[in-house]
Amino acid sequence: MEFVTPEGLRQDGRRPRELREMRAEIGAVSKANGSAVFEMGNTKVLAAVYGPREVQNKSQQMSNQALVRCEYTMANFSTGDRMRKPKGDRRSTEISLVIRQTMEECILTHLMPRSQIDIFVQVLQADGGTRSACINAATLALADAGIPMRDIVTSCSAGYLNSNALLDLNYVEDSAGGPDVTVGFLPKLDKVTLLQMDAKLPIDVFEDVMELAIEGCKAIATYIRNVMLEHTKQLEYHRDG
Amino acid sequence: MLHNKSFVKKTKSGKVMKQVREHYLRDDIYCGASICKKCDSSVARLGASTSPILVLDTNVVLTQIGLLENSAIDDVVMLSVVLDEVKNKNLSVYNRVRALCSNPLRRFFVFSNEHHKDTYIKDMSGESKNDRNDRAIRVAAQWYQNHLGGATRVLLITNDRENRRKAIEEGIGAETIESYVKSLGQTHLLDLLVQSANEDANMEDVEDLRPSKRKVLYSEHKPMSEITSGLHRGIYHQGKLRVNRYNPFEAYVGSESIGDEIIIYGRTNMNRAFDGDVVAVELLSRDQWHEEKSLTIADDEDDEEEDVHLVPGSADDAPRAASVLQGSSGDSSSSSPRPAGRVIGIIKRNWHSYCGSLDPMPMPAGSGGIAYALFVSKDRRIPKIRIQTRQLENLLDKRIIVAVDSWDRLSRYPSGHYVRSIGEIGDRDTESEVVLIENDINSRPFSSQVMTCLPPLPWSVSPVDIANPIRQDLRHLNVFSVDPPGCKDIDDALHCTALSNGNFEVGVHIADVTNFVHPGTALDDEAAQRGTSVYLVERRIDMLPKPLTEDICSLRADVERLAFSVIWEMTPEADIVSTSYTKSIIKSSAALSYVEAQARMDDSRLMDPITRDLRNMNALAKKMRLRRIERGALTLASAEVKFQIDTETHDPLDIGMYQIREANQMVEEFMLAANVSVAEKILKHFPLCSLLRRHPTPTKEMLEPLIRTAVAVGLDLDVSSSKALADSLDRALGDDPYFNKLIRILATRCMTQAVYFYSGDLSPPEYQHYGLAARLYTHFTSPIRRYADVIVHRLLAASLGIFKLPTLFLDRPKLTTIADNLNYRHRNAQMAGRASVELHTLIYFKKRPTDTEARIVKIRSNGFIVFVPKFGIEGPVYLTGKSEKQSGEWFVDEQEQKIKKLDGSITYNILQAVRIHMEVVEPQPNRPKLQLTLL
Repeated sequence: MEFVTPEGLRQDGRRPRELREMRAEIGAVSKANGSAVFEMGNTKVLAAVYGPREVQNKSQQMSNQALVRCEYTMANFSTGDRMRKPKGDRRSTEISLVIRQTMEECILTHLMPRSQIDIFVQVLQADGGTRSACINAATLALADAGIPMRDIVTSCSAGYLNSNALLDLNYVEDSAGGPDVTVGFLPKLDKVTLLQMDAKLPIDVFEDVMELAIEGCKAIATYIRNVMLEHTKQLEYHRDG
Repeated sequence: MLHNKSFVKKTKSGKVMKQVREHYLRDDIYCGASICKKCDSSVARLGASTSPILVLDTNVVLTQIGLLENSAIDDVVMLSVVLDEVKNKNLSVYNRVRALCSNPLRRFFVFSNEHHKDTYIKDMSGESKNDRNDRAIRVAAQWYQNHLGGATRVLLITNDRENRRKAIEEGIGAETIESYVKSLGQTHLLDLLVQSANEDANMEDVEDLRPSKRKVLYSEHKPMSEITSGLHRGIYHQGKLRVNRYNPFEAYVGSESIGDEIIIYGRTNMNRAFDGDVVAVELLSRDQWHEEKSLTIADDEDDEEEDVHLVPGSADDAPRAASVLQGSSGDSSSSSPRPAGRVIGIIKRNWHSYCGSLDPMPMPAGSGGIAYALFVSKDRRIPKIRIQTRQLENLLDKRIIVAVDSWDRLSRYPSGHYVRSIGEIGDRDTESEVVLIENDINSRPFSSQVMTCLPPLPWSVSPVDIANPIRQDLRHLNVFSVDPPGCKDIDDALHCTALSNGNFEVGVHIADVTNFVHPGTALDDEAAQRGTSVYLVERRIDMLPKPLTEDICSLRADVERLAFSVIWEMTPEADIVSTSYTKSIIKSSAALSYVEAQARMDDSRLMDPITRDLRNMNALAKKMRLRRIERGALTLASAEVKFQIDTETHDPLDIGMYQIREANQMVEEFMLAANVSVAEKILKHFPLCSLLRRHPTPTKEMLEPLIRTAVAVGLDLDVSSSKALADSLDRALGDDPYFNKLIRILATRCMTQAVYFYSGDLSPPEYQHYGLAARLYTHFTSPIRRYADVIVHRLLAASLGIFKLPTLFLDRPKLTTIADNLNYRHRNAQMAGRASVELHTLIYFKKRPTDTEARIVKIRSNGFIVFVPKFGIEGPVYLTGKSEKQSGEWFVDEQEQKIKKLDGSITYNILQAVRIHMEVVEPQPNRPKLQLTLL
């Protein structure tokens, strides 16, 4: 398969180092304490945050920090075949764990001891890079819920196909079987909190790919920051009005 | 810069599924014209000349690719929609177009119209895919016209009548390819034009030019849908058609579904399939299997006969086992007949261009006009091709290249068009060129990109190399090389030092090519593509550029060179105590030829260090050789010939068998040992991606002709294993001194060739090398002239931890294609070498009719095939004249392998010596051939 033409265009018309178009909306679920919808191209994810609230299962309560829980689900209609998706399968358990660990890392949990924060992310439409989109959506939802965080955490994937490092793989590129590096990144602190790859890649190529993914994270962070600023301005406007 | 529009498209993959793909439209796609002021002209490819910019339609690209490759057509815009369509329809054309687009000398520009914001069009409801693409092409052409203003003319070239009409309506300049080429006013281009005619399709539309002759010769090809369902139900069988090299009216289709080869007899059953086409075959009913067979002997519609050719080097070169004899003896008790079939459809064409010449024909009256001529390919597997030409008088005595375009049911021969001419028939350079083209050998000079990868000249070992910790300094050793005389690409050298403990340190030093050829460079890509150097009689086509081949890498005498060394400690009994591998620096003290080395060893007065080492090595080599033979390695004989070439005219002066000396065997022995050692080392470190060489065990059927011959001369051959075969070959001693060698030559041609493969593709028992009786084998010792060795060098360096393994080795499918390419190139190089020898044999005998002794190696119904040991050639001798076809007075005894005259006065046995006369005759002007007649 040719994923990058000699003219330097990908199948969907992007260049190798371009992100898909993003769109974000804060406050999509009014019941939740914080919520957001985040889109990367045709990947669309809804995140809802509840908490900090009382710990439901007392045995899990921690006296020095908050308990963070995360549940990742894919809507039945999120992929082309509209199949009933079993809950709690291996893949979603793994992604739930990954998202929980990533978010836990940036939430200031020690400020909220003996409490619980629930993050629900649901994929409404899947077109590759759901993991990254979920983390980005969760960041926005946590911010919306007003939960104290060290920094915003953003995530982006990058792959390596036809000897080209490609940013933000879509479904077709993702299923080509090449390496796929997902990075979670704290832009202000300049720290990587998540790094996943499920293939072999020579170390020097890997560094380029990871560098590209970090670039992507930074671009997303800028976008998310603007979205939050815009949202805050709206809030201010509504309060004043 | 991102304009975004996502669109919806439906695809069917078993079930209907809605799929959504993003499709970004951009404003940063440039037009590629250097005169354009709006666009970034740094990527511009289209010239500033006054010639119009051509926008091509898909049908033009698909059919006229040969014309596009001519440099008269330039300033072409390739739309991405056209490229996509071409790719789906014909991948080989696509690759050729891509090559054109990336060629810096040609002005072809790819315009990604599907992603340009102004030229992207949405599908309209009720519009077919084709119409939509045609519209996209027109929109793009119009965009070019508006974008460039009046600066230059934009021409849409299409052969689709409807498309052209619409284009003209929309105000776009549009022409057919014919009228455009005519407007260029270069008549030779017109010959390159493909006459558009679709096979099978619109058969009724074809004008009845010659009603009397227009009759249906071939049955119709089944439509693709029917073929697919037939294949599913198992009534048709799919496979690649292989035409018998020695009888073009017989072809084989290797079918996986029935696990056997299906034989196809006659052109009618082949139904317009070419060699290499993937076809669908229907089996004939069982009772027809035999009948067809006996038919073929009589069915010599063209006077096809066997030519004199070189002795085949292996079973791959030899004629197919199914001999004509089986048919003629015709008793049904002999092994069950092979299934016969007929082609009912062609799944994938393997048409390309072919080398050959025109059938001699009288000049038609009123020359200068269009003439039809029949083209005869040099490759006998290809049928004659009908072409149209305007320059018949120029082409008649030329070697030309012709491409096939179509073959409809009404014509006996396919029609094609002239591509280019190579030169005069019979001219040595032309014929050599033909040999290269036929074997797909790239003999073009290396490109400038490749040359820039070379280190600056004059090159010498630098202090950096000496200081490099990975490189061992072995300059103090007494290293020397032994090669054929006049060898310039010396890639191996040896040393042998006696150690104080009575053992020997023996080193094999191989040119360190990978120090100069780095993965991913243009040089590496080119070498990988060429795969091997090709040795013709009068010239050598290098795999690597000359400075590397003859200077920088060549381990010449008295200069310091970089090497990759395998060093053993061996006991005097030639047992390996230890092996080490290292990159090194060596300084060869002598570059000997085999003759010189042999002379030194034989001359008892010489006691210098080199001679001493030579003798030690020879003693070791003899023991190693003996052990190898005990293990069951076959000593096979080949009939290699050597030419003496006139240095001025390059004409062959003398011809004779290549003499193998002890020195040759000594060097060979150490090279084998080095290869085996390296194979073990790399396989240990890289069990999945080591490049190895294997030689499959020959099957019973392949050895069948050998056994049959052996039985006829009263010899009992045991072929149960290589060891058994080797032993029985040793026992095969007749009263005639040449007998043993003859049997060995016959055995050699029953074997298949050894092949390269990656260890991950096969299981360990299959790694075996039958001929060498080695569990593992690879090629390490000739990196200057074989790319396989370059790969193995990289693997070895990686296994020593000196260098990282290139990323390529992670890509399994890619590795397999590399191994396939190496096998293909290797085989082609051998074929080219043989063809070159055949050509020179012909030139040699042209002036020298000779009487000589020959051996009968195969009995035919009307004569026999003889082998001429002195010249290493083989050819037919006819007992009956051509006119008296029925060989009434001769009788073939299948069991005893002899041919008798009916009155019993004369008998010819297999392997019998006969005297023959060799002479070059020209049955047709400009078609010389070697003829053998019995004295």
